[in-house]
Amino acid sequence: MPQPFFRVERLTKRFGGLTAVNSVSFELKREQIVGLIGPNGAGKTTLLRLITKILRPDSGSIVFNGEDISALRPWEVVERGIAGTFQNTRPFRHLPIVANVMVPLVAPRARRSGEWVKRIEAKAMDALEFVGISDMALEPASALSQGDLKRLEVARAIATEPELLLLDEPLGGLNPAESELLAKSIRRLHKGGRFGRLHSEGPAVLMIEHKLKELMAIVDRVIVIDYGELIADGPPAEVVKNPKVIEAYLGSSHEALGGSEHAAA
Amino acid sequence: MPLLEVKDLSVRYDKAQILNGVSLAVGDGEFVGLVGPNGAGKSTLLRAISGLVRFEERMKRGTAGDIVLEGEVRFAGERIDALAAHEIRMRGLVHCPERRRPFRELTVLENLLAGAFLSTNRNETQRRLEHCFALFPRLSERKAQIAGTLSGGEQQMLATARALMFEAKLLVIDEPSLGLAPRIRQELFAAIRKIHDDGVPVLLVEQEVGQVFKMADRNYVLSQGRIMAEGTAKSLMADETLRAGYLGL
Repeated sequence: MPQPFFRVERLTKRFGGLTAVNSVSFELKREQIVGLIGPNGAGKTTLLRLITKILRPDSGSIVFNGEDISALRPWEVVERGIAGTFQNTRPFRHLPIVANVMVPLVAPRARRSGEWVKRIEAKAMDALEFVGISDMALEPASALSQGDLKRLEVARAIATEPELLLLDEPLGGLNPAESELLAKSIRRLHKGGRFGRLHSEGPAVLMIEHKLKELMAIVDRVIVIDYGELIADGPPAEVVKNPKVIEAYLGSSHEALGGSEHAAA
Repeated sequence: MPLLEVKDLSVRYDKAQILNGVSLAVGDGEFVGLVGPNGAGKSTLLRAISGLVRFEERMKRGTAGDIVLEGEVRFAGERIDALAAHEIRMRGLVHCPERRRPFRELTVLENLLAGAFLSTNRNETQRRLEHCFALFPRLSERKAQIAGTLSGGEQQMLATARALMFEAKLLVIDEPSLGLAPRIRQELFAAIRKIHDDGVPVLLVEQEVGQVFKMADRNYVLSQGRIMAEGTAKSLMADETLRAGYLGL
């Protein structure tokens, strides 16, 4: 039987008496771009942090490219080709923006080819160019607005040229047009190709995002969790019609899907 | 005389001119929206109004260079641009900043009570607490939970609720919908609308421009530190350049 590209199996995480992730299982295929949605507090971010090993699961396993990565440390996970962004951005505030992207590039994965010292700055610049903030590269990260901090997060993750990209609300703080632009960039990255010195092999993407209009436009599949459990998994058009998803998450689905943005005035 | 009046306000962080001669007013009972592209200076404007830029200037935090704030901010007729943030809060101007973090080691309930720190009226605090729990039932479910273990969206709810725990003459909110699930977002906006209907003027910054336009009486469009336009949703949406270039709609 062929090994799946990525699989989590009966993953469980408890915080004291609260079960944040409850026996969640799913697979991802390399060619997929998948949305992860659910109410606030459902366990989405916890699930991502279990995969990147910022948190350790209480039970369950995570298999990536045929290897059980459950016991690895965060930097070892990056080394295998998984990169994630953080919901609450914590850049090195006093360092120039470009230096913030150069930090992950010091990882062995990113400097496996020669002359890395010369290359990482150029590569960092190309990652910033890709997310659209290269014009601010030399300013300290403290100068960035909330939306640009999110873009910096994405730049830091894609700089390591991952095979699996985990994004935690990358569109937060961006207005509708800016959100659409970044969403399209993520889709382009997923398709693969060269972006300056940045080479994308077309990573699988698992993306938490509440801006459903932009999310649904780029994903092929949506996973929904509520109270730590998987409640739906399927194509976007089916998932938004699922009564459980509407009840737990969407409320009035028309509004959630961005109908209101254009209905104003 | 408007309740809040900002005149020719400029803010510079080292070499970066974030705000450039901004003037704006919020009248009694008004609901005013402030929109514009990411990085326009919206959050800085709110921070300048509530005294947080002054605080940063004093703490020399967050930047290696100088912070310069010029211009006037008046609240209820009084100059407040030289006051400390807590003095501005005591006058009833409440700022709920973007991505506001709770006290991570305290419970949800303790965080809310911290918002009523200045209150001397226990009955009033109790009434406001119940009001917050009615607005955000999830916070009520989790009142004994340590705030640091809340999800991002829940922390945002807690921050918004905490701002309501002490008398507000003007509520200044920075992107309350950030990180909130659609259903909760709808509830939150309904809650903000209700707060305004109960008589509290609101100055709202929000990326969900459509949502702002549904609620606000009047709006300002900020871009690159300058006010580009001012008016009702209808008049702003009628301007095609504005709509595509600054509103992102």
